[in-house]
Amino acid sequence: MAALIEVLEGGLGATVQDAGRPGHRRIGVALSGALDPLWLACANALAGNAAGAAALELRLAGPRLRVARGRLRVALAGNAECKVRRAVSQGLTFHAWQSLTLKEGDELAIGAVRGGIAYLAFAGGIVTTPLLGSRATHLRACMGGVEGRAIAAGDRLPLGDTDPRGPERRQAAFLHESGPIRLLAGPQDDHFTPATLRALVEAEFTVSRDADRMGLRLDGPPLAHDAQHGDEIVSDGVAPGAIQVPPDGRPIVLAADCQTVGGYPKIATVIRADLPRLGHQLPGNRLRFVFVTRDEAVAALRAQQARLGAWIGNIAPHAPAGDIDEAALYSENLISGALYAEEP
Amino acid sequence: MARLLPLGDAAWTVEFGDAIDPALHARVMGFARALDAAALPGVIEAVPTFRSCTVHFDPLADGADTLGVRLLEIAAFAPAAALAGRRWRIPVLFGDEAGPDLADMAAHCGRSERDVAETMTACVFRVYMLGFMPGFPYMGGLPDTLAMPRLATPRKAVPARSLAVTGTLCAVYPFASPGGWRLLGRTPVELFDARLASPALFAPGDEVMWQAVDAAEFARIETEDAAGRLDRAQFLVAAEAPWPR
Repeated sequence: MAALIEVLEGGLGATVQDAGRPGHRRIGVALSGALDPLWLACANALAGNAAGAAALELRLAGPRLRVARGRLRVALAGNAECKVRRAVSQGLTFHAWQSLTLKEGDELAIGAVRGGIAYLAFAGGIVTTPLLGSRATHLRACMGGVEGRAIAAGDRLPLGDTDPRGPERRQAAFLHESGPIRLLAGPQDDHFTPATLRALVEAEFTVSRDADRMGLRLDGPPLAHDAQHGDEIVSDGVAPGAIQVPPDGRPIVLAADCQTVGGYPKIATVIRADLPRLGHQLPGNRLRFVFVTRDEAVAALRAQQARLGAWIGNIAPHAPAGDIDEAALYSENLISGALYAEEP
Repeated sequence: MARLLPLGDAAWTVEFGDAIDPALHARVMGFARALDAAALPGVIEAVPTFRSCTVHFDPLADGADTLGVRLLEIAAFAPAAALAGRRWRIPVLFGDEAGPDLADMAAHCGRSERDVAETMTACVFRVYMLGFMPGFPYMGGLPDTLAMPRLATPRKAVPARSLAVTGTLCAVYPFASPGGWRLLGRTPVELFDARLASPALFAPGDEVMWQAVDAAEFARIETEDAAGRLDRAQFLVAAEAPWPR
């Protein structure tokens, strides 16, 4: 029987996300989906799911959850303090980047989320009702996830039917690239002076308090528009990563929940390979940008996909120390060889 | 000539001009139709706007490196869309609580509220694009005589289904949201329902006329729609028929 999760405390800003809702931007429906699809894929792989299965995207403070029914396997990609309170034995710390199987009545408490966002995946995936082909939550449009909002106490999250047996799985943390965020100029780079384009890559910007799933407003030197073109355009298409510059010159980097069209000139666009790490930025973080070529952007994305594939391919079986379910081990005939006890 | 503008490494914007104009938009819609028919590999979706069409694609798909050239070829040969899309006549309750800015607009234009509402129901509006929120139609066709700028201070909460105008544009807010356009009325018809096979009432290229209704008729249609019994097809006007006046 498929497992069920009860939300005891919602945390702050935890939403159901998957690979997003493409195909409906023509009718004004945002792409949405995980800000960091790489870490979503990592958490899902550790839990035994396909890369884009629906999971919880955690921000700020994580939720407290209870297994209301069944057994389930969970995995966390990210940096957060987690504790498990077993219904029938002593509690233990739940480590990121490895799976753990919970039983009915067990509680999982995720504390402060460090480094922006983290993903909590469950074997079978969260199977709330899909809307337009996706379970991703879009807060502004009240769409997807649990009633279009962040999860809250009392919610129940149904999981897909799965058989959580076999050894637990783990991997080293998947690290993002460092260095400046890479950009392609355009689509409206000709609305800015050469000096403004230089300022974009020479200055340091700070993520302001206006930072959410729709976009990040940056503080830094104001980016002046070219006098000839002005500071507004007749609206055209936008995409996550586009850097639009409103009349006040303070750039906004659009994110997964951004609108589908916009009326501010877009000086440049963050390349796909750097969108995941952009998703982790918090107010106060400092950012630098650098222009790259289209070939470099595509090569970076290809290399990143290869690195993710290798990471998933190298996930290893693992026995959490001090939490051996002997009955399950005997039943699966694993106690003879495949286990190794090692401090996590 | 269309221009090819990069929107990062996973989208191209094919730009046909920089104005809000039916002839320019017909070229955009003609391109969008030709692109849909071409079914190019790696293309995820195309988003037509007033003056351009943004094509989102997978940069790792086969042929992605030459997609821009293909798009310009299609733009060069695609005929402008000869016909508009569907034609709608949608009920609206004007003024009072449903349209709190109607009185202001009438005063600004030196006309009566009734006169402004009658002008609104005499215009044919063209849906240029959907954006801002699911199903939000950007429509052109408001006469210059009714043009007013946005509110200096946007409302924190515009009620769902409010009919709103700014400049020569007209729209309906499908959901409650902050907004700075001027509210003239409200329609009882839902503009977006994600449970339907075709969730948005309008599509780019559609034409819309408003039909004034009273509060009782508004309430009747609203109740019917909320109960899932409203057939949207009743608001369609046949392509060859004259607009009802």
